[in-house]
Amino acid sequence: MQKPAFPETIQLGHGSGGIMTRELLDQIVFSTFSNPFLDRKHDGSVLPTDGPVAISTDSFVVSPIFFQGGDIGDLAVNGTVNDVAMCGARPEYLSLSFILEEGLPTADFIRIAQSVRNAAEAAGVLIVTGDTKVVERGKGDKIFINTTGIGRVHPRADIALSNVRAGDRLLLSGPLAAHGMAILSKREGLQFESEISSDTACLNHMVLELLDCFGSQIHLLRDPTRGGLASVCSEIAQDSKLGIELWETALPVDAQVAAACEILGMDPLYVANEGVCCALVAPEIETAALEIMRRHPTGSRAVCVGSVQNAHQGKVIMKSSVGGNRIVTPLLGEQLPRIC
Amino acid sequence: MKHLSEYRDLEATRQVIGLIEKSATRPWKIMEICGGQTHSLVRNGILELLPENIQMIHGPGCPVCVTPVELIDRAVALMERGAVLCSFGDMIRVPGSRGSLLEAKSRGGDLRVLYSPLEAVKIARTNPDREVVFFAVGFETTAPANALSVLQARKESLSNYSILVSHVLVPPAMEGILDDPFCAIDAFLGAGHVCAIMGYWQYHPIAERFKVPIVVTGFEPLDLVQGIYRAVLQLEKGEHRVENQYARAVTEAGNQAAQQVIADVFEVADRNWRGIGKIPASGYALSNRYRAFDAEHKFDLAGEPGTPETGCMAGAILKGQQKPRECPHFATTCNPRNPLGAPMVSSEGACAAYYHFAHNP
Repeated sequence: MQKPAFPETIQLGHGSGGIMTRELLDQIVFSTFSNPFLDRKHDGSVLPTDGPVAISTDSFVVSPIFFQGGDIGDLAVNGTVNDVAMCGARPEYLSLSFILEEGLPTADFIRIAQSVRNAAEAAGVLIVTGDTKVVERGKGDKIFINTTGIGRVHPRADIALSNVRAGDRLLLSGPLAAHGMAILSKREGLQFESEISSDTACLNHMVLELLDCFGSQIHLLRDPTRGGLASVCSEIAQDSKLGIELWETALPVDAQVAAACEILGMDPLYVANEGVCCALVAPEIETAALEIMRRHPTGSRAVCVGSVQNAHQGKVIMKSSVGGNRIVTPLLGEQLPRIC
Repeated sequence: MKHLSEYRDLEATRQVIGLIEKSATRPWKIMEICGGQTHSLVRNGILELLPENIQMIHGPGCPVCVTPVELIDRAVALMERGAVLCSFGDMIRVPGSRGSLLEAKSRGGDLRVLYSPLEAVKIARTNPDREVVFFAVGFETTAPANALSVLQARKESLSNYSILVSHVLVPPAMEGILDDPFCAIDAFLGAGHVCAIMGYWQYHPIAERFKVPIVVTGFEPLDLVQGIYRAVLQLEKGEHRVENQYARAVTEAGNQAAQQVIADVFEVADRNWRGIGKIPASGYALSNRYRAFDAEHKFDLAGEPGTPETGCMAGAILKGQQKPRECPHFATTCNPRNPLGAPMVSSEGACAAYYHFAHNP
């Protein structure tokens, strides 16, 4: 007997736990993410591991769900993979939970599931467990995704705030603000000569090569997502009780992104990135580490953008492009566009 | 973008600062009118690059900061009555007596943050069963677009669109500051964006009457130091003319089409300025012809009570008589998290600019 075609939209019944749920899982989820762990179709997965592991979890609620350069699916993989990598670990396994809103076009769900699979392949991680719930129309926003990532800590990694010291160099793997401005310009319907593309990408391959080469000379790794580079630097300065100096002229921002920031009244320093890593490293390895980063597509435009200092402890100072200094403060709430 | 990098050029900016140093033989106090200029001065660290005898005073040109409490309360009341309230972004965190628009939203109000009032007209078109109100805040700069939204709504016969007007004007504010017997301002940097709309012909009588140089100035670092340099040159020579540093955007006559739209939709009216009080003929109200689009008229909001201030010395700050750091509340009981007054809320407010970019806690 031929199976009935899958409905065009997600219905409440797809989250009921009954036959419709089974159909959703079999026809979309399991077939997309098939691997030996998942194929056991158990309540959870038993994973082999040894030594210390890193774990990180994140929920993804971005709107719009599709944007230039990516969608909520690859974002959900890369975001968590990067968080695990920032712990100095090799991401290996991911959990994947969907909260779907009744009425989501099935084609959209399939497209997102496929981009989850592609991103997981690119990052070298397996989806080993998951969950799918459906909420009534109006109780969600099309699709929310939660992922949790697990990875073995690199044997030579020693990533800790307490390792940061005066003289450390702040290396940035790529240009700022692309993700946030891709989302915002889509929301605002802004047209540019070429559309701004999100930078969503996995950073683990680059980070692991850095750890292979330099081990404990990599003192701290962070990916400046929400709140941008300014917020990450402020946190590091406050928590380490050291000062951070940023050099405005060295900060890379693509021309289109800078233009969008000007038009929409945003400061790129506070805008989210999804494929950028900042590394605080011992000054002796600055040049060599930049060379390694530049070998990877996500780090091809890596630069040194600042340094750690004993002066102005707990604060981030920006040396402005016209030579003045200013304090960089963390973001309070949402960044609000200015009126004129 | 080349236009931007040129006006952010380190060498060129330093050269002009060197010229200012050479020409300023006495201390001078120069007020930049516009909040955008204050923001740029602080953000780019220009204040600390200027010679000590040049003191910049931060003027009242932050529209969000001078919007009176009672208007924010009325906007909150409109949300509570079920209207869709549309606003520019930086207005939404400014505290009224019953909290900010953002707080009203978290209590269930429908708040939309927009970049253009024409988007609000679109919301009215697609939601014919909802009242849609745009919070029309701003100086002369935002007035044309706000006026256009009214014209568009009338063209489409939308009866569910109105605007809550809080428009203020620069020249009356300058005269108000200069009329103050304690005024110590030697020269003005005119607000470039306002002048792009209105031109600068209105400023000649002010320069003449009060014997102050007025230099219409842009917003980038090089613009600002050039504006300051021109003001210093005039002061040193004892001149008081209107000059235009921002010629790439501003003409003497301004944008005629925009001015016509303003003249059609608005009329000059007395306005309350937060922290300053009532200034005669210092703002716009909707003219009688467009009364149907006036939210205050449509919803009978006149009865919503205003409230006293909180100990914020916004008036002295906005008139340039006090610096943010001289306020006892600055960065102690008043901070962006818990602002006592509007200059700490808006990113263009003098207090917030100091707090964010130059504050040493």
